[in-house]
Amino acid sequence: MNAHDQTDVVIVGSGFGGSIPAYHLAAGGAKVTVLERGPWLETKEFEHDYLLGSSYTRAFDFVVGDGMSVLGGNCVGGGSVVYFAAMPRAPKFVFERHGSIGRRMWPSVLTRDTLEPWYDRVSDSLPVSTQDWNDVSYAGGLWAALCDHSGRTANPAPVAVDNDRCVNCNFMMAGCRFDAKRSLLTNYLPAALAHGAKIRPLHEVQRIERIDDGDYRVHFNVVDDTDYRARTGSGTIDAKVVIIAAGAGATPVILQRSEAALGTMPHAVGRYFSGNGERLNTAIIDEERVREVLGLSREDGKVYEANHIGKGPTVANWDKLDGSLPEYERYSLEQLYFPPGLGTILAQVPDGDEPRWFGAQKKEILKKWSSWLTIFLMTEDDNEGVFGAPPPTGNAYRISQQMLGRGPLKYDPTPNTLHGWSLADAECKEILEKDGLAKVAPWTNDVVGAYTVHPLASCRIGDDPETSALHPNHELRNHPGIFVTDSASVPGALTVNPAMTIAALAERSVPGIVRALRARGVDVTYGAPAPDGSITGRRAVGKLSLVAGS
Amino acid sequence: MDSDEQVKVSTLEAYADTIVPGEKRFPGDHAIAGASPGPGAVVAGALELLHTEATGVTVGLPYLAQALNEHAKIYAKERDLELDKGSPPFVALSFVDRTALVRSLTAPGHPEKDGWVSLALFCNMSFDSAAHKHTAEAIAEGHPGLLAMGYTAPDEDGLWRFPKFSYRRELARLHPDTTPSGSPA
Repeated sequence: MNAHDQTDVVIVGSGFGGSIPAYHLAAGGAKVTVLERGPWLETKEFEHDYLLGSSYTRAFDFVVGDGMSVLGGNCVGGGSVVYFAAMPRAPKFVFERHGSIGRRMWPSVLTRDTLEPWYDRVSDSLPVSTQDWNDVSYAGGLWAALCDHSGRTANPAPVAVDNDRCVNCNFMMAGCRFDAKRSLLTNYLPAALAHGAKIRPLHEVQRIERIDDGDYRVHFNVVDDTDYRARTGSGTIDAKVVIIAAGAGATPVILQRSEAALGTMPHAVGRYFSGNGERLNTAIIDEERVREVLGLSREDGKVYEANHIGKGPTVANWDKLDGSLPEYERYSLEQLYFPPGLGTILAQVPDGDEPRWFGAQKKEILKKWSSWLTIFLMTEDDNEGVFGAPPPTGNAYRISQQMLGRGPLKYDPTPNTLHGWSLADAECKEILEKDGLAKVAPWTNDVVGAYTVHPLASCRIGDDPETSALHPNHELRNHPGIFVTDSASVPGALTVNPAMTIAALAERSVPGIVRALRARGVDVTYGAPAPDGSITGRRAVGKLSLVAGS
Repeated sequence: MDSDEQVKVSTLEAYADTIVPGEKRFPGDHAIAGASPGPGAVVAGALELLHTEATGVTVGLPYLAQALNEHAKIYAKERDLELDKGSPPFVALSFVDRTALVRSLTAPGHPEKDGWVSLALFCNMSFDSAAHKHTAEAIAEGHPGLLAMGYTAPDEDGLWRFPKFSYRRELARLHPDTTPSGSPA
């Protein structure tokens, strides 16, 4: 690539927000180049290995902020390669949330009902499957039994996993070696490539400027494929339309760094960040009590001891996803697996003396790791995250050659957020400690702040220019031709895993981007089938596309 | 007093041993306080991991060891503790005092918190994931942390598969408002 490269559309990032428009726009006839800062890994490169430098650290990023740390994907396919593929749709009440602004924060045109056809498109395209009790892992089954024992319901979660191929290795965070996880590497991205889209891995976008003819020039660095701290080159590419989909932890940073060249950014760029209200609790299961009280046992005679077996989250409790409850008192409680390394350091000894995250007592609970059950709390936070000044490159000062960095995000949880966390913690304790079945403690927020695997809302859609960076069609306010289609565009916490909603919003954004390209003289059409050729989902949105994003 | 390198190593070992403590390797082992039975982070390879360039903390280790000993001297002075001059100051602290000092260094608001948290993170990783070794090799070699956590060997090709993974029973009622897509309403 040289300094004068030119294309119709540059897409920054190849997760859901990048891959979905890449496919549709390429299929519609546009010239599309995707710049992805992470490596392009093949299935055979996905390893079961915690060694630094294995796919686990190559494909993942962990950015420590001030009060909030963010885990995200860093590879072609983005979060879809490293995530756990739970794909519930957001409950109705989420779209009516007021959050911190005192009035509805979603655009008036968006409700669960109006998003439903776009959810259907994603569901057809990945595809998403429902699960039954034969699919859920021991950990999911145990969580269901615990919920049932305390008078609650529990649901096997819908997932983008081919359960017939899944070997329950619980190495999903390092990429799926068996192509069982339906990451974007298995659907939208190969279809985009087949239609001529170009994907440039290890291209980290620095900033965007506007050039004389109204087009945009995107400046990037090329980073070393092993040591992401090292730069091996740089360049630019010009485009009529730029789509930024670098993830909620990086998209606003690119725009902040571009402000000098592009002009003033909307106030909400880099503000209103949400960690999806996330929090983790770790329970230590009393195996014998579970046998006595719940009557559970495995074929090999063990009761549980299966923390390491499975496929991320398989079962969730949704009893508090009740729209009649006040805001900040609604949440889901989902069984989750968290790998060691990052997944044990923050776990605290239940009922122990301080310090509870390190020391001799902590070592004793590490020895019971196979009897851990991790519960993931997704609550309603207050969009209180704010990004400070951008680092010189990327979205963090990289510490390690891969994965670990220090970023400019500041998050100071409000009383509303703390209230939601404390209610969800108490509910977890009530379920898990009933009849002595387990001991549970929340992860500490004192070491790396709160912790999210689902960063959202740092450049969000909305009706109000003061509190949203994007028009409801995902176009950046006052900067026509720049769109944001990733997790940053989601207005706030969803109380469930957000990938399905991020993907549905990206699908919904495409007709508006097609219109923007056509207005700039690009001969592109909308209406591609699902990546595998299915047209069921296309039929459903055919009429909607005429109004979406208008 | 030992050479600079020995001071650095034993100071960092004492830090690692504070994060995941273990039993003494030999009589007169000062770096390891002996606060927990069985091997801890030091025997699990904490120093090897910290000296792995990929962590990004390796070049800072001499500074961190020196700073830790300075903090230990101040800690001891504030409490009128007499430290054994034959060991680096942090090593000379009791396990309880090492723990109290590490708590304060990693607490919210401490100006050097980032560095001490990074050090703790990698010490913990040496025990719980042996990030300085291929996982399958570490298990085959009997890595004490992975074994303590209950890891079993992978299949011959180095991959884990669990054909038995489910109780295969209905274990709860579904939420009554579940939609046909399997989502909440």
